[in-house]
Amino acid sequence: MQRSLHIDPNKCTGCRQCEMACSYEQEGIFNPSKSRIRVFMFDAEARFVPYTCTQCAEAWCMLACPVDAIKVDLNTGAKVVHENLCVGCKVCTIACPFGTINYMSDRGKVMKCDLCGGDPACAKACPTQAITYIDADWTGLERMRVWAKKTDAGATATH
Amino acid sequence: MSWAGKVLRVNLTNGTCKSEPLNMEWAQQYLGQRGLASKYLAEEVDPKVDPLSPANKLIMTTGPLTGTMASTGGRYSVVTKGALTGAIACSNSGGYFGAEMKNAGWDMIIFEGRAPSPVYLYVENDKAEIRSAEGIWGQSVWKSEEMIRHFHQDPQLRIAVIGRAGEEGVKFACVVNDSHRAAGRSGVGTVMGSKNLKAVAVRGTKGVKVKDFKAFMEATNAAKAILASNPVTGQGLPTYGTQVLMNVINETGALPTRNHRDVQFEGASKISGEAMHEKRLTDGKPNLVKNQACFGCTIACGRVSMLDKTHFSVSNRPEYWGASGGLEYENAWALGASTGVSDLEALTFCGFLCNEQGMDPITLGTTIGAAMEMFEQGTITEKETGGIKLTFGNAEALCQVVEMTGKGEGFGREIGLGSKRLCEKYGHPELSMSVKGQEFPAYDSRGIQGMGLTYATSNRGACHLRSYTVSSEVLGVPVKTDPHVTEGKAELVKAFQDATAAVDSSGLCVFTTFAWGLQDFASMLDAACEGGWTMERLAEVGERIWNLERKFNNAAGFTAADDTLPKRLLTEAAKTGPAKGLVNKLGEMLPEYYKIRGWTPDGMPTNETLARLGL
Amino acid sequence: MNYLILGAGPAGVVAAETLRNTDPDGAITLVGAENEPPYSRMAIPYLLTGRIDERGTHLRKEPGWYKDRRIDVTSRRATAVHPGSKTVAFADGTSVPYDRLLIATGARPLRPAIPGLDLPGVHTCWTLDDARYIMDKARPGARVVLMGAGFIGSIVLEALAERGVTLTVVEMGDRMVPRMMNPTAGGMIKNWCRSKGVEVLTSTRILGIEGNGGQAKGGFLASLFRSKPANGGGALTVTLDNGHKLEADLVVISAGVRPNIEFLADSGIVMDVGIQVDEHMRTSAPDVYAAGDVAQGKDVSTGHNNIHAIQPTATEHGRVSALNMAGRPAAYKGSLQMNVLDTLGLISSSFGLWMGVEGGEAAEVIDTDNYKYLRLEFADDRMVGATAIGLTQHVGVLRGLIQTGVQLGPWKQRLMADPHRIMEAYLARTQA
Repeated sequence: MQRSLHIDPNKCTGCRQCEMACSYEQEGIFNPSKSRIRVFMFDAEARFVPYTCTQCAEAWCMLACPVDAIKVDLNTGAKVVHENLCVGCKVCTIACPFGTINYMSDRGKVMKCDLCGGDPACAKACPTQAITYIDADWTGLERMRVWAKKTDAGATATH
Repeated sequence: MSWAGKVLRVNLTNGTCKSEPLNMEWAQQYLGQRGLASKYLAEEVDPKVDPLSPANKLIMTTGPLTGTMASTGGRYSVVTKGALTGAIACSNSGGYFGAEMKNAGWDMIIFEGRAPSPVYLYVENDKAEIRSAEGIWGQSVWKSEEMIRHFHQDPQLRIAVIGRAGEEGVKFACVVNDSHRAAGRSGVGTVMGSKNLKAVAVRGTKGVKVKDFKAFMEATNAAKAILASNPVTGQGLPTYGTQVLMNVINETGALPTRNHRDVQFEGASKISGEAMHEKRLTDGKPNLVKNQACFGCTIACGRVSMLDKTHFSVSNRPEYWGASGGLEYENAWALGASTGVSDLEALTFCGFLCNEQGMDPITLGTTIGAAMEMFEQGTITEKETGGIKLTFGNAEALCQVVEMTGKGEGFGREIGLGSKRLCEKYGHPELSMSVKGQEFPAYDSRGIQGMGLTYATSNRGACHLRSYTVSSEVLGVPVKTDPHVTEGKAELVKAFQDATAAVDSSGLCVFTTFAWGLQDFASMLDAACEGGWTMERLAEVGERIWNLERKFNNAAGFTAADDTLPKRLLTEAAKTGPAKGLVNKLGEMLPEYYKIRGWTPDGMPTNETLARLGL
Repeated sequence: MNYLILGAGPAGVVAAETLRNTDPDGAITLVGAENEPPYSRMAIPYLLTGRIDERGTHLRKEPGWYKDRRIDVTSRRATAVHPGSKTVAFADGTSVPYDRLLIATGARPLRPAIPGLDLPGVHTCWTLDDARYIMDKARPGARVVLMGAGFIGSIVLEALAERGVTLTVVEMGDRMVPRMMNPTAGGMIKNWCRSKGVEVLTSTRILGIEGNGGQAKGGFLASLFRSKPANGGGALTVTLDNGHKLEADLVVISAGVRPNIEFLADSGIVMDVGIQVDEHMRTSAPDVYAAGDVAQGKDVSTGHNNIHAIQPTATEHGRVSALNMAGRPAAYKGSLQMNVLDTLGLISSSFGLWMGVEGGEAAEVIDTDNYKYLRLEFADDRMVGATAIGLTQHVGVLRGLIQTGVQLGPWKQRLMADPHRIMEAYLARTQA
């Protein structure tokens, strides 16, 4: 059974350990601005929302890539950017309606969550289990998937 | 590594921003943050300087572990000569500002001089610009943050700012960051205001590197596990925040009440952490909305509250209906027990006001408590207060006076002096519950003897965060000692003072010390920084910092005569509770303390001590 | 089932891939007009800069990718489609039958009627073959005139500048990328390019190009740095409508594109600017579908049919048409006009009705000094368009906000005040 990130904003305290864990895992540095997961803060509602790629089935980024630089990791289902192939054209960054694939100016490549090859650093670093990596049957990300459908410019089966 | 290695020097008089390398030799001797910035201050500022003159400097400083994955690695401090005290001041704050500053590549920002007109500093990584604060000056903390963020169109900008209190010269103004975290004590915000510096807005995307990532991750993971399994840091603080203490300290008989006339407050349970969880009768919702962490913190003791919309303080003011920083133990006590007010919503509102205008609630609440005592004895009358009946327990009066103080209006201007100046002005200096001009926090030293010595010898005036012997005397960490005896307390205080000075210099939060020992800090620091950091070295660095601060204060004119407590605590016995009949026996502890410190009987570090510490 | 796909660009390749995933047994033939493996024109600028080699432009890179999927790839040019007999005629004289046909023949560059456009040294930049020619001519120090600063021209601009040529851009519109950026944003991009040493002439037309019949003038130093004339191309003189003349070693034409539909003239298929398709990507002819730059399909912003000649639309078209061709009905909700551009390090994007709608409202922030810009267009409390410069983080939510048509509620006013809070607005209204 494939697993996916399950995010529960009610448990998030806004500590941003996930951002540091991600940037360390992916970039070898503590740098939230390089993190593939971001915690958004709604102060007036006291709500902190960790947010990253859902590895959506529609895979807008992957479809839009003109050079086949984004591929599915068959073990995890993650859509993975192959930096050796990425030319930095940024088409994926506008194609992804969730805004979860971003261009890194310093490297000329795009970055997105790759589930750390099946052992996501953000989930391990989260002190409150607001981020967990669990069986993908039904997760909180389902909500995003519902929206993915709504965004879907493509194939919504009509029956 | 771990230090960014850079200092931003901002001359407000000339309008220049310059980058210079961090003095790494000093970094090895003073670690960072509190210690290192104090070293810079001591080297660059004449201790006799008027704190509000352009010759004073204000330093914003991070520690080597700020911005790292170490739990609580989001701290920063503001170091200057304090406006409230005239002593060296170091106020520490969490939130997200410190980590952002470190991510922008700065260990320290040193502000010099005074801007000809109000300005704010904008920092984006290497870029630093002094910008006009026209239109922002005169606004609250919250409004200013909104305006600056709007101007730069960057939702991720982190901002440290003074409110109107800092502009109006309220002596205990803070520097507030992230809306409700504050470098709170000693009037560091007042100094900032005197420099015509409204705010510092930072955006950093450069990241933080440590010496040995693998070792560092191992050390921080082990340390996080300790925090998670400790009952205080793993359970008590996340659930109740520091407010977990309200009932505990009240039962200990050490909850200063009504300007320290009493040591127990009959309304304590109504303003406790437990009360914040209870559903209100009016709207069925609890005061507490949730707990919030500062950057990198796996404890998450921060309180976020929403007011009861029907409460008198805000019923027609929807701008206060959103979630914001809720009551912590200190402000709940200072605004509440100290004034005899047990209205949780009123105290929460006053806490909001303190954040909104940038005031230290400890000094504010204690000063209002002193004013209430003088009002009740007739020294202050309705003529002075403008018709406000400033009696103990009057929640409406409290809210009014807090709001007036924040804006520098009416009788608020008198409160803005702090208790020492206020009580002197009205002829009752003995009613100021302060040491070196700074008011006591929420532990009565008659019920917790060690805290008397802590307060008397604290380098920034009365303060619990300089040596939190409560930990040992009440909570039994690291070992339980009897709060009513003085024996052994001199040694305990020195050990706490030195260790805390090191912790305050690391970039991490002192609350971790409920669970961590110096060894835990040493493991993380040694993996992160060059220099072979051990527990022993940290203790030595702490002692060096303590003596450096002491030396500064001695040069500023403080003497052993200032290492004392108000008469009330030394002569008026506690009336109730376990400490009933006790006064603080400072005299039994102080000479021994001087001796252990290697100081003369006059409280001056001996040449031998100074030489041993490289001072 | 016998599937025939005309056009081996992104729409064709995605369609072939989707067909295979949906119908394991069908026969799939993918026909390209160029004698190249299926490649992406989007990648050509990066070939010019040397960031990738030719293989890097290929749409699928694993050896045997097409073979493994039993996709027959051939190269020949279609000359006619006969829906009645369900056959396609090719230039080589063959006629190929189909059960389902996808027309994804893309577009080709326009060559305006200007004297001298057929001279050696005057070239479009569209195919791999074009790229090879330009790489040979556009060497460091060469003087290059780029005609047209539309979206494609501006992408080529960056590639040429990175090759170290001395570049002059001539655009007849009053700003750069006039069909993607409003005057403020287009002006900002122009200033940026100029600050990076590229001469940009707007509101300027090229009247004609003359060959000098030999070595270009330009002084001793210029000849030191200039490449030898390649393929016999001589130096050129470009005459502008402002009376000025430009010396050039190479003129690159980027004056827009038009769909490749001429070969359908006798097919009876209903066409406008491109091939008209319904929401299932069907043309007016039975079992004939169209996708990509050649297809005039539903525009989610207007509800009308439009050509959106962009990669995401091409691949979405390819996917939806293939699903329908394979007998799995799928409705296309429409494409969103959007583009992202990197001009010498300045990143800009626009989405949907970036020019706004009548009676709508707009929020705009301009930071001229730092080359940052954001403009959001609203109709009631929905976002309908956006323009951004200097925004690289979470830029995709602009698409999300526009395409979902989410009602912004209180966030409308917040965005009017602080447009940069788009990510918060998106989360608050859709996820949180």
